[in-house]
Amino acid sequence: MNQNEIVIDVQNITKKFKIYLDKGSQLKERLLFRSRNRYEEREVLRGISFQVRRGEAIGLIGHNGCGKSTTLKLLTKIMYPDSGTITMHGRVSSLIELGAGFHPDMSGRENIYTNASIFGLTKKEIDSRLEDIIRFSELEEFIDNPVRTYSSGMYMRLAFSVAINVDADILLIDEILGVGDANFQAKCFNKLREIKAKGTTIVIVSHSLGQIEQICERSIWIHEGVIRAQGDPKEIDLAYLEYMGQKIQERTAQELEEQAAREAQEAAEQAEKLPEEPEEEPEEVKKRWGNGNARIRRIHVCTADGREQRTFRTGDAVHIRVDYKVSKPVEDAVFGIGIFNRDGVQCYGTNTHIDKLPQFRLTESGSVEIRLHEVMLLPGDYLIDLAIESGDGIPVDYFREACRIEMISPIGDVGIVRIGHEWLRSSTEDEQK
Amino acid sequence: MISRIQELYAYRQMIFSLVKKDLRGRYKGSVLGFLWTFINPLFQLVVYTIVFSFILKSGIEKYYLYLFVALIPWIFFSASITGGASCIVAQKDLVKKIYFPRQVIPISYVTSCFVNMLLSFLVIFVVVLCSGVGLNPLALLCLPVIMLVEYLLAIGMALLASAVTVYFKDLEHILGIVSMAWMYLTPIMYDSAIVPEEFRPIFNLNPMTHIIGCYRDVLYYARIPDLTSLASSFGLGLLFLVAGWMVFEKLQQHFAEEL
Repeated sequence: MNQNEIVIDVQNITKKFKIYLDKGSQLKERLLFRSRNRYEEREVLRGISFQVRRGEAIGLIGHNGCGKSTTLKLLTKIMYPDSGTITMHGRVSSLIELGAGFHPDMSGRENIYTNASIFGLTKKEIDSRLEDIIRFSELEEFIDNPVRTYSSGMYMRLAFSVAINVDADILLIDEILGVGDANFQAKCFNKLREIKAKGTTIVIVSHSLGQIEQICERSIWIHEGVIRAQGDPKEIDLAYLEYMGQKIQERTAQELEEQAAREAQEAAEQAEKLPEEPEEEPEEVKKRWGNGNARIRRIHVCTADGREQRTFRTGDAVHIRVDYKVSKPVEDAVFGIGIFNRDGVQCYGTNTHIDKLPQFRLTESGSVEIRLHEVMLLPGDYLIDLAIESGDGIPVDYFREACRIEMISPIGDVGIVRIGHEWLRSSTEDEQK
Repeated sequence: MISRIQELYAYRQMIFSLVKKDLRGRYKGSVLGFLWTFINPLFQLVVYTIVFSFILKSGIEKYYLYLFVALIPWIFFSASITGGASCIVAQKDLVKKIYFPRQVIPISYVTSCFVNMLLSFLVIFVVVLCSGVGLNPLALLCLPVIMLVEYLLAIGMALLASAVTVYFKDLEHILGIVSMAWMYLTPIMYDSAIVPEEFRPIFNLNPMTHIIGCYRDVLYYARIPDLTSLASSFGLGLLFLVAGWMVFEKLQQHFAEEL
């Protein structure tokens, strides 16, 4: 097998979409209202070229709507480019839509046949893979039950097992590595590594930079229809993160202005009302409670050098600053923080009382900052609760899921947090030397 | 085109599972289930027999059989066009998300209608034997050829109709009318002999005229069909298939965006 053989060759592809302002595909509308068939053309891809060698794994990154998913769809031949060429060598399998053609009334086993046939497998090929597929899905006991009795996790496991066992030469993956529980995800990842080691070429589209860094040798950053940068995932991802960080900063600056305007208006309205009147917004009731004597106004999530950011690497410092407003003095105030993972498990929590900070009293608006020096949380999304309480445990402003951060890491360790460690090894052989 | 046919061959299992799914799903939940495949044509036969033997008497002997052997192949053909028109639109989720040769969908739709026709033919054979016409073994050998010709023609029409419907949704309804007109312009309820001489050439351009004629030769007259008629219908069928294929191949490139 020639490692330098180019299996995907994309040459200067472009793609436009027609966005119909008032789409009428009925005869009457086409004939009578010709002028209504106005549309805007949106250039999604504006000349993209890249090549992928056999056995290489590349990641396509970029913000929403940048054209990365469109590129993947062109690679699968679901759509065709307006100009440019795509040459692919070998059997292509795409993990874009899982469970295509699943029939709820048919058993898991029958659905394996239907689903695998959509990937172009013959009966003989499916027969030979059936055992592997069932074993990988861990659904041995349920495989002859109708799929409608499956939980959504079981459903995805079955679908993923079929897709990953197709034995393609080129595997195209779009945002689907988030299936199942953490164990199954780890299993999928191992399987992907195994497939890659066998010489399969992989193209992944993902928002999760951590996943890309774990598998890919190369990242391609697509920005507004062109390739902005490509190379080592660690460098490209960092550049991308910095760019996104700036974006967030720009956005928050805008939000700040809007908020200032809103506050001014609020203050004017407040002057007419009684000061005790709660200013609770109804949609926040469930996620936020407290007597409202002080309220969290703004939350800044920053890196150590003060840039606002939402995505961090495992081991980075995360600084969270909370601006608050006081409407009535709070005695013995306590600030607290709680970090939860996607499954709702609390990964860490503390407050100024636990940390034995001297007691203080809130009388006027201000801000408080917690500097998390080394956040060793493993890749994933985390939700952060922030709270102000008064000394006797009465919530003043408890804000659930006040902000969200994403952790990424190029290392493939598993669990909740990374525990600092080292490996020591000794054997009799070494001692003899 | 050759590579596309090879690819279709590689996807034969998908065609097979789609046909199976369609046939199994068709009568799902009904008490009599698969029996409906036989009951439907049988009841049609009963109605025609009553109407044309007692009410609307025609001069043709055993008219119920005359009509029946033409009607079953026609129902297959018209279902392939009218139902086939919407088959791509109906599978839009698949088309938008997954790659496979798009021809798979119309081909499996027509195949599932075809299998249904084959099952109805079991009823035809029973009726033919009971009616005393009898079966001519030599003529019966021609039957698979006639069916194949009709199958190819139906695939050609379904490819054309399904591809155009993606861009132009009205076609589905227009085809309902076209199919009705087509039925009356094909000698199904009457004999082609009553067509005025000057219209004959136009009439013979309709591939279904020949196909229905051949079915009738084999099953009603128990004789070997007119071979020139069979050959010309084969030629026309092939022409429709190639034309349908080419239009489909061109139009399928933008399916994912139009759906």
